[in-house]
Amino acid sequence: MHAPTSEFESECLRRILAGERHLFHELFRPCERAVYFLLLSLLKNEADAEDAAQETAIKVFRNLHLYRGESQFRTWVLSIARNEGLGRLRKNASRREESLDASADEQTGDFTPAILTSWREVPTEELERKELAELLRRAVDGLPEIYRNVVLLRDIEEMDGKETAAALGITEGAVKVRLHRARALLQRALAPTMKAFAPKPKGLFGRRA
Amino acid sequence: MRIDCKHVWEHISAYIDGEVAAGLRAEIDRHLETCEICSAVLDSTRNVVILVADERVFELPAGFSERLHARIERELELTG
Repeated sequence: MHAPTSEFESECLRRILAGERHLFHELFRPCERAVYFLLLSLLKNEADAEDAAQETAIKVFRNLHLYRGESQFRTWVLSIARNEGLGRLRKNASRREESLDASADEQTGDFTPAILTSWREVPTEELERKELAELLRRAVDGLPEIYRNVVLLRDIEEMDGKETAAALGITEGAVKVRLHRARALLQRALAPTMKAFAPKPKGLFGRRA
Repeated sequence: MRIDCKHVWEHISAYIDGEVAAGLRAEIDRHLETCEICSAVLDSTRNVVILVADERVFELPAGFSERLHARIERELELTG
């Protein structure tokens, strides 16, 4: 998931604003995964996230003339998505909005890693089996909101720290702290179970040949 | 000065991202050479990061993109 080059973006933007409106499909396409997962993380419901993603696309299109190119296009799109998501949370009185401000970083918690003996293999082939993917999704879903947002953008959408900070309205320092804690919590939650998915050692006595 | 395990854990995430300063990185590397626990913590954290990033883990709902672009198309026609 890489952002398109800014050259592609500015060319698209120029032509869309000049009347080639159908190019908006191509401009928005590279952003749609990140938009959806950011909204899913906020709204915790697939149907709501999809609806909000569509609304975001429409708002982006209608406000395209306001984009000034001061941030990456995708960052701007994600901040619109975030506002859309937060707006929906606020409207929904039955939901208690979790604190999204930086003070939450001061909360204490146990971020000590799970201790285990060596586990060097990445069992990516096991992802073909649904269990491992499900396990990973549940672990991410189980993270406190402020950590989940950062993991989704940094590790899953592979955005850099600066872009993530801009999209979430927090500092780059807060992104680093949250990412560190999120990964520690994931390691704790997953490492002991995931070890079972690692390929079996190939040699005698547990040593690899 | 030798750094301890807890100190290493504090920097695991930055270490994975290649964001620790050269001096500290060298100290962590020295520690990792002899500490099996920290090596395993580093490996497992890195593995978790790699696995979570796999596209097969977080997939868009089936038909998401089609529905999104159909909605965009309606908007383009509406305001065209």
